[in-house]
Amino acid sequence: MTGKKRYIAGITVLVLFVGLLMRFHDEAGRLHRTPVLLPAKTVVMAGSTSMEKFANMLAERYREVDPGMTVTAEFTGSSAGVQAVLVGRADIGISSRTLTAAEKASGAVAYVIALDGIAVITDVDNPVMTMTLKQLTDIYTGQIRNWKELGGKEKPIVVVGREAGSGTRSAFEELLDIRDQCLYANELDSEGAVLARVAATPGAVGYVSFGILDDTVHALSLDGVKATEEKVKAGRYPLCRPFLMITKGELEGQHRQVQEIFAYLQTEEGRELLRSAGLIVPDRS
Amino acid sequence: MSRKMKDAVAYTAIYFAASYSVLLLVGILVYVFSKGFPVLSLPFFTTVSSVVKGTVGIAGNIINTVYIVTLTLVAAVPAGVGAAIWLNEYAPPGRWVKLIEFATETLAGIPSIVFGLFGMVFFGTTLGFGYSILTGALTLSLMILPLITRNTQAALRAVPDSYRNGALGMGATRWHMIRTVLLPSAMPGIATGILLAVGRIVGESAALLFTAGSGYLLPESGSDFFHKVMESGGTLTIQMYLSMARAEYDVAFGIAAVLLSMVLAFNFLLKVLIRGRFIKE
Amino acid sequence: MDISFQQAAYSRSQGRRSLSLTEKRNRTQRIETMAESIFTLCAFLAVFAVGAITLYMVANGVPVIYRLGVREILFSSAWKPVAADPSYGILYVILTSVTGTVLAVALGVPVALLTAVFLAEIAPRPLAALVRPAVELLAGIPSVVYGLLGMLVLNPLMYRLEQVVFHGSRTHQFTGGANLLSAVLVLVVMILPTVISVSETALRAVPDQLRVSSMALGASRIQTIFQVVLPAARPGITTAVVLGVGRAVGEAMAINLVSGGSVNVPLPFSSVRFLTTAIVSEMGYAEGVHRQVLFTIGLVLFGFIMLVNILLHKIMRGEDG
Repeated sequence: MTGKKRYIAGITVLVLFVGLLMRFHDEAGRLHRTPVLLPAKTVVMAGSTSMEKFANMLAERYREVDPGMTVTAEFTGSSAGVQAVLVGRADIGISSRTLTAAEKASGAVAYVIALDGIAVITDVDNPVMTMTLKQLTDIYTGQIRNWKELGGKEKPIVVVGREAGSGTRSAFEELLDIRDQCLYANELDSEGAVLARVAATPGAVGYVSFGILDDTVHALSLDGVKATEEKVKAGRYPLCRPFLMITKGELEGQHRQVQEIFAYLQTEEGRELLRSAGLIVPDRS
Repeated sequence: MSRKMKDAVAYTAIYFAASYSVLLLVGILVYVFSKGFPVLSLPFFTTVSSVVKGTVGIAGNIINTVYIVTLTLVAAVPAGVGAAIWLNEYAPPGRWVKLIEFATETLAGIPSIVFGLFGMVFFGTTLGFGYSILTGALTLSLMILPLITRNTQAALRAVPDSYRNGALGMGATRWHMIRTVLLPSAMPGIATGILLAVGRIVGESAALLFTAGSGYLLPESGSDFFHKVMESGGTLTIQMYLSMARAEYDVAFGIAAVLLSMVLAFNFLLKVLIRGRFIKE
Repeated sequence: MDISFQQAAYSRSQGRRSLSLTEKRNRTQRIETMAESIFTLCAFLAVFAVGAITLYMVANGVPVIYRLGVREILFSSAWKPVAADPSYGILYVILTSVTGTVLAVALGVPVALLTAVFLAEIAPRPLAALVRPAVELLAGIPSVVYGLLGMLVLNPLMYRLEQVVFHGSRTHQFTGGANLLSAVLVLVVMILPTVISVSETALRAVPDQLRVSSMALGASRIQTIFQVVLPAARPGITTAVVLGVGRAVGEAMAINLVSGGSVNVPLPFSSVRFLTTAIVSEMGYAEGVHRQVLFTIGLVLFGFIMLVNILLHKIMRGEDG
């Protein structure tokens, strides 16, 4: 190429490049960009890992209910889910914690879909089956460090929890009123990882939502109340939180598919789906 | 210590170190295959996981992996080969070549998690592709660009100058010469780069976690290619990570066994390719 | 202008055939120019990519530093991003990455070097043919697989060790084996292949003359290797070590579930969080300032990597000169 041509090519490329980069900010919320290329028949959900089972079931079931429509779900955590809705990357956010004032101010609207209990779990070989909320608080704030102090074996307690930003963690800490005072030995980034770690580590204690519980761990009774669905519904179980679906703006303003999903969850079939995902559906009043 | 003693100690240490890698590899292979193979079954490969029915299958993830590998290669191979051609055939030696080579080196050294962050913000948010196979593939194409460029460059360098002069002397234009003489002789080198890149893509997780996401369903019969690439899609490796984070270890080991088999196959192919190249020369 | 006018006049006088000839020549010329432009663009793609990544990392990571102050982020150890009174100190996270990398290199490089010596200097052919593919395969195993094995095999072993070491301790917080040491051991495996293959190449590049002369002077094989060959291969070995550092600093998925994940002072048996794992485990969930600080963590990581790259570049240039 001649010198002049090279010069022109260089400038063109530079302009293109700078043009592309003009909008380099990730300031979520400032960039209102819907994935324009996505066909309208796809509903994108994003949010809490505690709701993974439910959302996957919904996505799967919807292929039968309405084959013309696709529901996809991303499990990136409650906060990211709300954020994704606010920037238009997702249509429905799924959150296992209540909205913050800032999120409400940006236009997020929450709808309670179900209730969820948070179970306190240990490995199956641990003889301790019950503890008081005070003891639970002391374990998580590092004042009780051995199961002996709870009448168990001489075994150090491995305190397992979720990472900062997790909906389950903020709900757990808020319900026990120990926000930001917890001393975690393990901070894991998904419900399953907590379950796995507790199941595999003798002497571990952790918390997960009811939906994911299985027989690889023990769910403890708290203050003498068993961790069961009935106790949550009756309002007796102390660690319980609402499960929310979030839209940007009121539900009436959403496109048809989104409204359809909300309507579906009101039907008996939808409620059954929530139940089989391990969530607790309040009785119809 | 006498010299003999010292030598003996050194030999022991060296043999010990060398056997470490071998033992480690054998240990990993035996452990993963023995835990993973029992999980493998036909439905495991041909169906997708169903939470409603409680079955697992990785067909969706296999499709996603194929999509991502293809798209990434489509984006990166022409660019990488083009870059190598310019560097080797057109560029006047000097500042520009040095700059580009430095950039390529740098790109090769950037950890995949940083690519993931960049891809999430640039392709996902700025360009508006969201969590999608496209976002993931574009992110990965930047990541493997150096692999393609460097391998093609090496291959081009190995083509003797007499080929070039011969073609040009017969009146061929440069582009014609490149197309008909250089590229065919450089093919094995390019193929090596591609194979290495495919291995890298298949094993990648950190760069895909926040870009391509984790969808695992099969494309619907009615949906087109375009629709699929704009949806989120988790590759095998991502699915394996999610499975282990969800404590579904049998699935994780099943996928791990599949991945390790692929790694073995790639290495074997690579060996064949490289041997073929040496014989040719 | 002049030429094209002449050409036009010429072709007019010569009729259709020569017109197409000129056109053909023009088209060939155009294709040539286009091909070259496209290749040029391709070549500069790497530069743009690095530029764009740098720009994005800086643009997303720096503003929050201005807002909160360098001390508040880089030199504070309190990581409470979602507290009512949040603090975003990432000092321990940085220290963990530094310590973890240093330990992994300190443990991994000797093993890797000895293996490289084995492959390049003393292995009989069949043995080398066994070890080299093993090393190559180790490099090909996805990091997630290492993570799985680390979590299921290494962590329980480490927990036993931990219970022995801290038997009866009232102050130690038990981690269940997910700690810095576990992560370091995984990192060692991750850097081995890179360091081995690059050092082997360096050792092979040492001219045989040196070995022969050393042996002729009465040195043993081992003495020759350690006192002549290794020093002669130093630049290449340094490159290998630096590449290993880069690999260790940047690894995320293999150590994410192995290292425990709490932000702590990096002690061997403490649950820790690395720069990379902080991003992997919290990026999905973060919002607002928290999210921005995670980008700052990404920027710090990127800074380390750029440092490594520049170092590499310097070494390689030194080698050339």
